[in-house]
Amino acid sequence: MAITAKFFASLRESLQLDECSVDLSKAHTVADVWRLATNGKPMPPNTLIAVNMEYTDRKYAVKEGDEVAFFPPVSGG
Amino acid sequence: MKIELYGNPFNPWEELNRYQNEHSLQGRVGAACVFVGTMRDFNQGDKVSAMHLEHYPEMTAGYMQKIASEARQRWEVEDLLMLHRYGDIQPSDTIVLLAAWSAHRQAAFDACRYLIEELKTRAPFWKKETLLANNSTRWVQGTAKS
Repeated sequence: MAITAKFFASLRESLQLDECSVDLSKAHTVADVWRLATNGKPMPPNTLIAVNMEYTDRKYAVKEGDEVAFFPPVSGG
Repeated sequence: MKIELYGNPFNPWEELNRYQNEHSLQGRVGAACVFVGTMRDFNQGDKVSAMHLEHYPEMTAGYMQKIASEARQRWEVEDLLMLHRYGDIQPSDTIVLLAAWSAHRQAAFDACRYLIEELKTRAPFWKKETLLANNSTRWVQGTAKS
């Protein structure tokens, strides 16, 4: 039972981590996924979060198979 | 409606012409509003020689669709075109082409403006620019909104 965590752009570079798997039995919320994936590093305050490609927040309750993405504010266009 | 992500350079005017010719918009529309975003060779007081545009492919495509759907719900637009680059970009390359066609100008202006403003704050793209002076790279600060 796993959750996939993904990291993009400057966040991926600063964490030196682009993707990892997190054990669902230890993660109830997005905040837990971050803590387990980063070994407890503090989440930068402007971090955006998406679960299954929809914006959400760190309190979101994760479930099996979820893809949780963490990234800095976007700069397209 | 066409929404697409391009990994290679494209000519926005040729794309616009081709789309208009293929979609027989003439007669139905009284206004076309077009936005073309282009890469500058300067930013924040520095000369910029190149840029890499990273994206989150599935989510980016999904959000472009979502933003287009929202525009169609808010305004009476006849058609929309959204093309956006990703990957390695050079100064003067087109980054984004947006077009909104409508019977009247107000809806075309409003919808086109909505597309670019929402793209810039919700579609997951990130720009990393290379500075001409010393070839160093830096991430362009984004705007937060979700």
